[in-house]
Amino acid sequence: MGEPGTKEILNLADLEASGGIHTGRKHILSILVENKPGVLARVAGLFARRGFNIGSLAVGPTDDASISRITLTVDGALHPIDQVTKQLHKLVNVIKIRDLEPEETVARELALFKVSADGESRAEILQFTEIFRGKVIDVSKRSVTVEITGTDDKIEAFEQMIRPFGLIEMVRTGEIAVARGRSAT
Amino acid sequence: MRAVDAIIECLKAEGVDVVFGIPGGANLPTYDALYYGGIRHILCRHEQGAGHAAEGYAKASGRVGVALGTSGPGATNLVTPIADAMMDSVPTVFLTGQVRTELLGTDGFQEADISGITMPIVKHSFMVQDPREIPRVIHEAFHIARTGRPGPVVVDIPQDLSRADIPYEPVDSVRLPGYNPTTEGNAKQIRLAAKALANARRPVIYAGGGVVNADAARELVELATSDRFPVTCTLMGLGAFPAPHEQWLGMLGMHGTRTANYAMDEADLICAIGARFDDRITGKLSEFAPRAKFIHIDIDPAEISKNVPAHIPIVGDAKKILPKLTREYRALEADASRLDAWWQRIRGWQEKHPLRYEDSEDSEIKPQYMIEALYEATGGDAIVTSDVGQHQMWTAQYYHFKAPRRWINSGGLGTMGFGLPSALGAKVACPDETVVCVAGDGSLQMTSQELATCVSEEIPVKVFIMNNGYLGMVRQWQELFWDRRYSAVDMGTRPDWVKLAEAYGATGMRVADKSELVEAMRTALLTDGPVVVDVRVTREENCYPMIPVGEAARDMVG
Ligand SMILES: Cc1ncc(C[n+]2csc(CCOP(=O)(O)OP(=O)(O)O)c2C)c(N)n1
Repeated sequence: MGEPGTKEILNLADLEASGGIHTGRKHILSILVENKPGVLARVAGLFARRGFNIGSLAVGPTDDASISRITLTVDGALHPIDQVTKQLHKLVNVIKIRDLEPEETVARELALFKVSADGESRAEILQFTEIFRGKVIDVSKRSVTVEITGTDDKIEAFEQMIRPFGLIEMVRTGEIAVARGRSAT
Repeated sequence: MRAVDAIIECLKAEGVDVVFGIPGGANLPTYDALYYGGIRHILCRHEQGAGHAAEGYAKASGRVGVALGTSGPGATNLVTPIADAMMDSVPTVFLTGQVRTELLGTDGFQEADISGITMPIVKHSFMVQDPREIPRVIHEAFHIARTGRPGPVVVDIPQDLSRADIPYEPVDSVRLPGYNPTTEGNAKQIRLAAKALANARRPVIYAGGGVVNADAARELVELATSDRFPVTCTLMGLGAFPAPHEQWLGMLGMHGTRTANYAMDEADLICAIGARFDDRITGKLSEFAPRAKFIHIDIDPAEISKNVPAHIPIVGDAKKILPKLTREYRALEADASRLDAWWQRIRGWQEKHPLRYEDSEDSEIKPQYMIEALYEATGGDAIVTSDVGQHQMWTAQYYHFKAPRRWINSGGLGTMGFGLPSALGAKVACPDETVVCVAGDGSLQMTSQELATCVSEEIPVKVFIMNNGYLGMVRQWQELFWDRRYSAVDMGTRPDWVKLAEAYGATGMRVADKSELVEAMRTALLTDGPVVVDVRVTREENCYPMIPVGEAARDMVG
């Protein structure tokens, strides 16, 4: 494969081929960072410049006011996950990173769905909501808004179900996760 | 105490004796503090010059280099040196002024978001928000810059905060919960590495700039000579192993020796120390060292298995790891004769493919000869800086560096214009050493204003311009890979370097005759003050040998 200095014309397949170790699955990284300005920009910037795609991202406080937690998901099929974590570790404000093992992790996401609902579809939507253990949190003449909590699979399944009714809007938080059992994440 | 006076106290506590920079509105308070402060300030003529000077200072001395710029354009002019210091792991601290806090984010006069701009190219940066944190931040900046894998740290201080009256107490510890470089090296891994070395029949030690940064050159020699391990260094590592040594293979990589590259190609074990398998080293990655297993010793865990998967990774400081590895290796009492066949093979390459060029039969100065002449005139132990291009590669090839911190160049970023300002910084760091800059006529035009700095601050560097009237390295690529279409590489014969030097108050000389070169260089070295020697060399000479881009080491040409 060529590089900028050579005149060889590059084909797209060659350009796409890249090395590295790929695990082929989604990884949830739980990252403890110092609660300082610009930290999120550093993390996001690192992903952008190293060409890592962020699947979802959630940021929030922890029980310690000086520390925030970033939970993000990366596709291990696309990116060498150990490069991702090693590069993250190089950020001075990153205190701890845990690549959560799927079997040892409970992950949840919250999503809000605003769906068109007229007379007949309304009942059906409410039924689906119940099956998914969701909650209706707002109702208007021509719409309902439903809150669903669960794994991203569950949220995607719900989306599939209600899309035919006319999905006006979907808002998702991105997954957050903790390790199972007694020990801290 | 004013926050800026506290900054000066902190700099002194960090052992800073000199800073390089240019004042402006946003860092006026700092300059006021410097006025009384007892730290030498060198007024450069461009912030890029100040930044490279800080790098040259750091590379020559191993201490942290410091550069100052004002907000906006002052800070953006520092961007190239910051990126350069990141790529070559140079311990540096950049102090930038910022607009007053009330103007932040309003596109105030001379506002530029320098921490945002530099985020991808710093080891770390601080945007000060409370003047009381300034002393701690300065110390943390130095700590981060110099420890672990060294690098640039930017400290951006809004003008109003720098004028604040703060309680100052010396800071004696840093608080960086997320920063904890590993230094010792895992004992088990070191034992494994020793075993691998003892079992290897075709080993090569491949050392990079990390060995220089770790001040581990002596430890490298000890390891290499604990048996007869062949050693090659990267462009950044030159001097980490003494060039005139029977185990020395020469530099490796794109313009390295055939011996070094062939040895990598046929090795069964490569012990990488403070080197990062850059594309200029590996050539075509899939065909790089196909028979080798890799020991990779590096202070930065992210370098390990980044480009080439390591079989035995060891994270830590080379200075601590190498002696342990040597001890473990010695204890194994490996049979030295197992390397006989390997050395025979290597000697064969060395005989067949020495570095060579066709010298002129008349008065023409071949560029390679120019470097040999410089070696002769300086006795081979000057501190040599360079710009970027053919002259840089020829200097790396023909100035056989015997010791670390003598070869100062821009390897990772390849920054034209690095040579003169870094020479200035090196000379300030090592006033008793001879400091020469091998400049390209193209590169030097990017920072030649620093001649004024050299003259007014009495920094007697000697600049030798390898003047081929071309952007030579680009011309070479156009000749070899773009069917000789010389697009935008002819630099002509201007400026008149002798007159330019004289205009700045330096001494200017010109040499175009081979027979006069060594003598002229000696004269230049003995002349007081800064000297610029315009050496007219062959216009179209190519730098060989060469691994063409994207090809494997064994396909070297020239
Ligand atoms: C700032 C910058 N711009 C452009 C380049 C691309 N470049 C690499 S080598 C080179 C030519 C350098 O010419 P010169 O300084 O005369 O050295 P020579 O190769 O002739 O020895 C150029 C333009 C670069 N490395 N740095």
